[in-house]
Amino acid sequence: MIPGYDLTPPDPKAVRELRLEIEEFHAAYCWTLDRGAIEKWPDFFTDDALYRITGRENAEVALPVGLVYAEGKAMIRDRAFAIARTQMFAPRYMQHFVSNVRVVAAQESAIKAQSNYLLLQTLMEGPTTIHQSGRYYDSFARQGGRLLLSERQCVYDTLIIPNDLIYPV
Amino acid sequence: MYSVDTVIGHPGSSPKERQEIQLKWPQEGLTAVPDWIYTNPDIYSREVERIFHGRTWNFVALAAEIRSPGDFKRSYVGPTPIVVARNTDGSIHVFENRCAHRGAEFCRDLRGNVKEFVCPYHQWSYDLCGNLRGVPFKRGLKKEGGMPKDFHNEDHGLRRLNVAILHGVVFASFVADMEPIEDYLGAEILRDFETVFKGRELKIFGYYRNELPANWKLYHENLKDPYHATLLHSFLVNFGLLVAGNKSAMIADKSGRHGTMASAKGDDVGTNVDASSRKEMRAFRDDMKLNDSRLLDYVREFDSPWSVTMQTIWPNLIVQRELNTLGIRHIVPNGPNSMIMIWTMFGYEGDSNEMTRHRLRQGNLMGPSGFLGLEDNEAMKFVQEGVRRSPTDKGVLKLGGDSEGTSASLISESAIRAMYRHYREVMGL
Repeated sequence: MIPGYDLTPPDPKAVRELRLEIEEFHAAYCWTLDRGAIEKWPDFFTDDALYRITGRENAEVALPVGLVYAEGKAMIRDRAFAIARTQMFAPRYMQHFVSNVRVVAAQESAIKAQSNYLLLQTLMEGPTTIHQSGRYYDSFARQGGRLLLSERQCVYDTLIIPNDLIYPV
Repeated sequence: MYSVDTVIGHPGSSPKERQEIQLKWPQEGLTAVPDWIYTNPDIYSREVERIFHGRTWNFVALAAEIRSPGDFKRSYVGPTPIVVARNTDGSIHVFENRCAHRGAEFCRDLRGNVKEFVCPYHQWSYDLCGNLRGVPFKRGLKKEGGMPKDFHNEDHGLRRLNVAILHGVVFASFVADMEPIEDYLGAEILRDFETVFKGRELKIFGYYRNELPANWKLYHENLKDPYHATLLHSFLVNFGLLVAGNKSAMIADKSGRHGTMASAKGDDVGTNVDASSRKEMRAFRDDMKLNDSRLLDYVREFDSPWSVTMQTIWPNLIVQRELNTLGIRHIVPNGPNSMIMIWTMFGYEGDSNEMTRHRLRQGNLMGPSGFLGLEDNEAMKFVQEGVRRSPTDKGVLKLGGDSEGTSASLISESAIRAMYRHYREVMGL
């Protein structure tokens, strides 16, 4: 669906350690967003990273639009700053759940994985609702021994967004 | 959350919603708006009948979405599901998404390409114009059953709508004797509409969809209300994109139903906000600087005095030209308390790869996660909750006095009053 991820995956047993490392990455990433530390969110990306959120109806036919489309960490920072400090929206809590992590490429020069995500949202006087069900298509670079996202494409199935999507996925 | 998930004060729970109302407009006239036009189910039904199914041209598709014979798109006229299809001769047809037999909404895909439409229930088949072609066992089996002799396929096609196409934008109407689309839009609106669409092939970038838990008219009001734009949106305010004092206009057509909010960006973005305006605008922040200023670059590609035009085309279309990010928004009313917004973002055939990426980057301003778009969606939701749940029963529309129509000042609600003049005539209110 996203070019570059339709690879023949390596034997899962051979890449267990890498999968574990990616799962730990997801846990740290989600913890940062879910506790509201949005201005720390850009730290998970390389300087030239692409971050895009798009509906599955677009991804399946290679339409390029992004609900969010950031080229480079500077644009990612600008979004984090805007959401954290200047945008007007009702308060809410978000929780991410990431599972089904599949390593699809495991060379140190090209680490790619895809994972399912579920994003729950709770408005102050609302129920907790599934805000988005989707899949991450991730490319990682290792810098200073640490994994960083050089690309994260979030493809959501929930085509009709409940009003809006404020925080990053 | 979707509006149906509302726990506290869910639709139908407010005493106000159950009140017998007189449907009598407040005596102040157009400087007041009664809450019941946003919440009352009888008003909503009348709107569907008189506006969306009445004498209006409704946006249904862009021709660029259905380029080839057999291409189709699921779409809506008001809340009513329809199909837009391109025939083998290149003509575009619009018909109800409802099988003529038992009423099944037969077309389930958002878009695609077919040779014919087949209802999955009893496999009645229709051509790309909506004519009934095949009825299985039409003459029965072994001389028993089947349709009566006087059943003719031509009497049982899909209900077809009137179609008008203007510069690649497809409109439909349930009314057969509509005026030409150019006359419907009027000269004031046509000018900026043509700036976006005339003589250029669109390249579709993709779609966003969202439920906005607010009455559909609030979307028109929001884009006929330049006052909010100078106050709510920190991006507009801080980067000088639309600030009280910029060259700007709120243009209305003669009927009052359509509008164009237009402004010209200053050359020195971010530095042309004078101190007195700054004081009035709480959204202004000295510390707001972009790390990547490409977001707000403006490539002058249009022969227009405006760098931004937001057009409200009655009753269901918004045309967005915000610097170089282009798109349309299709409003699908969904009961008094809800609308579905379908956003189609596009550029032009022949754009360079860098221009496409520029438009995509600038797209971060708009849509359900856009720096402007998300604030609008939040604000409209707040309005709907307020008018539905409080005992107070009307809002104030006094900015700019009681003038109606085009206004040179951004601090005016003149275009909203003009829209409600038209609305009241059509609705008999």
